[in-house]
Amino acid sequence: MSKTMEPDLQSPLSSEAARPEWKHPSDHWLRGFVIDNRAALGTLAVFIIMMGAFLIANPTVFTTWYLYRSVLTTLPVALFVVVPLVFVVTCGEIDLSFPATMGFASWVFALVVQAGYDPFLGIAAALATGTLLGFLVGSLVVYGGLSSLIATLGMNFLLRGLIQIINEGRSTALTGLSDSWAYTIFSSQVWGIPVQIFWALAFVVLSAMLYNRHRFGAQVRVVGDNPDSAQQMGIDVKRVRVKVFIFTGIGAAIAGTFSVMINFTWWPTAGDGYLLPVLASVFVGGTPTWGGIGTVVGGAIGAVTVSFIQTGVVAAGLSGFYVQFFNGLIIILSLLGHKWNQARYR
Amino acid sequence: MAERIIELRDISKSYGHVYALGGVNLCVDRGEVVGLIGDNGAGKSTLIKILSGVVKPTSGEILVRGKPVTGWSAARSRDAGIETVFQDRALAVQQTIVRNIFMGRELTGFMGFLKVNKEIEEASRLMREIGFTSKVFTPHSIVGQLSGGERQGVAIARAIYKQAELIILDEPTTALSLTETAKVFHFVRQVRASGRSILFIGHNIHHVFDIADRFVVIDRGKVALTADRTEVKSAEELINFMEDVAHPGGLPGLHEADERAAR
Repeated sequence: MSKTMEPDLQSPLSSEAARPEWKHPSDHWLRGFVIDNRAALGTLAVFIIMMGAFLIANPTVFTTWYLYRSVLTTLPVALFVVVPLVFVVTCGEIDLSFPATMGFASWVFALVVQAGYDPFLGIAAALATGTLLGFLVGSLVVYGGLSSLIATLGMNFLLRGLIQIINEGRSTALTGLSDSWAYTIFSSQVWGIPVQIFWALAFVVLSAMLYNRHRFGAQVRVVGDNPDSAQQMGIDVKRVRVKVFIFTGIGAAIAGTFSVMINFTWWPTAGDGYLLPVLASVFVGGTPTWGGIGTVVGGAIGAVTVSFIQTGVVAAGLSGFYVQFFNGLIIILSLLGHKWNQARYR
Repeated sequence: MAERIIELRDISKSYGHVYALGGVNLCVDRGEVVGLIGDNGAGKSTLIKILSGVVKPTSGEILVRGKPVTGWSAARSRDAGIETVFQDRALAVQQTIVRNIFMGRELTGFMGFLKVNKEIEEASRLMREIGFTSKVFTPHSIVGQLSGGERQGVAIARAIYKQAELIILDEPTTALSLTETAKVFHFVRQVRASGRSILFIGHNIHHVFDIADRFVVIDRGKVALTADRTEVKSAEELINFMEDVAHPGGLPGLHEADERAAR
């Protein structure tokens, strides 16, 4: 051993590593939990700080239940698309066609219900429509070899245009919906809490398990991380990619149906307003743009944060003109936080 | 005599009129490390592609465990237990060691959900088997945090999980430091001890000399030398041999340099 090596051997780092009681940081369950979920926890911290600021600005409004109930009614719609989008972004793609899919699937739902069929049948038809549209969009991107950013943007315009052409701007009122079983199960209130939020929470939990503990999630992450490697190891990369678009289609169909059930009316613009807030939620939630990693729970917390910005800014006594400014501020601050939080390995 | 895992007989490969390989004979026995040495363009990568079934030879015969195989393909190669570990592109670096080892072969139970504990158990076993253990990382560690040599370890562990009998390591030590190279050698020796075979490909002759039981030197699509470890005294002997093959009569430039150095 040369002499120059000796100081290195006696450095505090190596002597610490040699001690038998040395344990890997992630061996402790709490450290491990924090390391594994640091993106989601960071998003939660942003949310708590924001709510704290709102609470200080206007204590009376932010302690009334009404405010939360209104958020809890609209938030589920966003959650049903934010969560599948986390899968899409992790897979290294993007889907901008979900607003039109929401509109299209809920249109099918409205048509079936208006024709006098049971709303459950309408939901099934909407889900089938969402699956089909997801498959179409996914196939176009994957087998057509197109950029998902541009191709899904095109599909969004195309599908929305189709809805507009056929309906000529007319909306559909579904007055009989409130008496149906489907409404009671999916859109009523229990103990003053909108029941949608329970369905949305179940969806988030199930999707988080799918993401972290299921073969599908594992393959989505690997494909987003290194498609060449995944291909070499026998994963059908194209199939996995199409599947994430199908998942988004299904999520968008559920979201669209829920939004119609809240309003008892289907508008030809249904879903349009969700494009940017939903995308913002995914990235505020801590899923990076480069693929391979992401967090479903973080995305859900991101959606809660984004939903509260609008309500909160107005309720805090600022005029509606401030909403966009605060939206932007939260997005930028979150991104800066996540950048500091997570390293990109190559 | 040890079982012959694979044997290539008189393998040729031509792209149009250009011969990449012209009649190569190569065999690998169970439990041996064969070092394949050759300059850039000698035909190493074509040979790897033929072994892994990606490229079909123009002519020649391939025998797996002594039996000739017809219709050689990537699937046949996998069935024969041949796994290639490429230096780059092989791993998903943002994922854990476990996820990389089980990539495409996840251990699943109820409705496709992962058997997380079983995967960790199996991964730890595989890592122990090739001597790939450390206090600073666990099967949960992110591959991106590992060093170059350790990443090779993950790739080798994955190949073993895929029931590989012969692991082809394509330039595993190129661009690695001395300590990292030593780690890769350690894994290779452990793999050999477990009765598997390795085809170690490189152009650093010193690295290949240190690890291989047998050397195969290829030059311009032909096998120029096959020698046992016992037949070669030093890496320098191999280097001299390769220089002679490449430039019969010696390099005038080199001799001038030697003379200048002597002066």
